[in-house]
Amino acid sequence: MFIRSTTALAALFLLSAATLAQASDKPSDPQIAHIAYTAGVLDVEAAVQALKKSKNKEILDFAKDMVRDHEAVNKQALDLVKKLNVTPEDNATSKALTKVADEERAKLAKLDGAAFDKAYVDNEVAYHKQVNGALETLLIPSAENAELKSLLETGLKLFQGHEQHAEHVAGMLK
Amino acid sequence: MALTIAAAPAKAETIEVTIEKLVFSPASIEAKVGDTIEWVNKDVFAHTATVKGDWEVMIPPKTSASMILQKAEAFDYFCRFHPNMKGRLTVTSP
Ligand SMILES: [Cu+2]
Repeated sequence: MFIRSTTALAALFLLSAATLAQASDKPSDPQIAHIAYTAGVLDVEAAVQALKKSKNKEILDFAKDMVRDHEAVNKQALDLVKKLNVTPEDNATSKALTKVADEERAKLAKLDGAAFDKAYVDNEVAYHKQVNGALETLLIPSAENAELKSLLETGLKLFQGHEQHAEHVAGMLK
Repeated sequence: MALTIAAAPAKAETIEVTIEKLVFSPASIEAKVGDTIEWVNKDVFAHTATVKGDWEVMIPPKTSASMILQKAEAFDYFCRFHPNMKGRLTVTSP
């Protein structure tokens, strides 16, 4: 299941990159802001589910860290778009990200105990990896505004940190 | 005269490490036993300075936290929340 969902996510990013490439050569700043914000919101939603379902201290601590960090960075993002007078614009990549995350949450809802914990943290590793890929190859190179680019670069370091943290938690569950 | 100065015990110093955009800077610090390390967190994220199985300093968002160095030792430390954040501390006898 882990491999399948990772592949689906990888396919999704290839697909969205291709879709966006057709629409225009690269996503616009309002679209990039929307994608980055959505990626954070979805990870908070996954964490909220884990906080309700898990009884494992490592998982609960990790989920709390995700809520705290992603809310903090998204608040910075909101402050920045307000300052730049940019309205985040919904787009195919944001929609596809949301669809995959909704499906993953529905799958996780059916699991309990150790099976839930493992599936949640494995998906966190895969999710952060995929978002990092999108940030590195598509969003950061496409961003026009220097402040937006800088915030995305901080976001990349944050997501890379979370990916390593999730890998560490996954290792402790074994 | 030179001898007297050399023999006088070195004053304990406070060494500042800034954390900004998930980076410790300077990444590598040399200090003496009795010195204080102060981590100044400019991020909106909480970070830690952690040495596995030894010690941990919590550094909440937009605040600073400090630690007095007790023993002469070299440490590689990292942030437990963001393990890609790494620093090094080399502590020598005064
Ligand atoms: Cu950190």
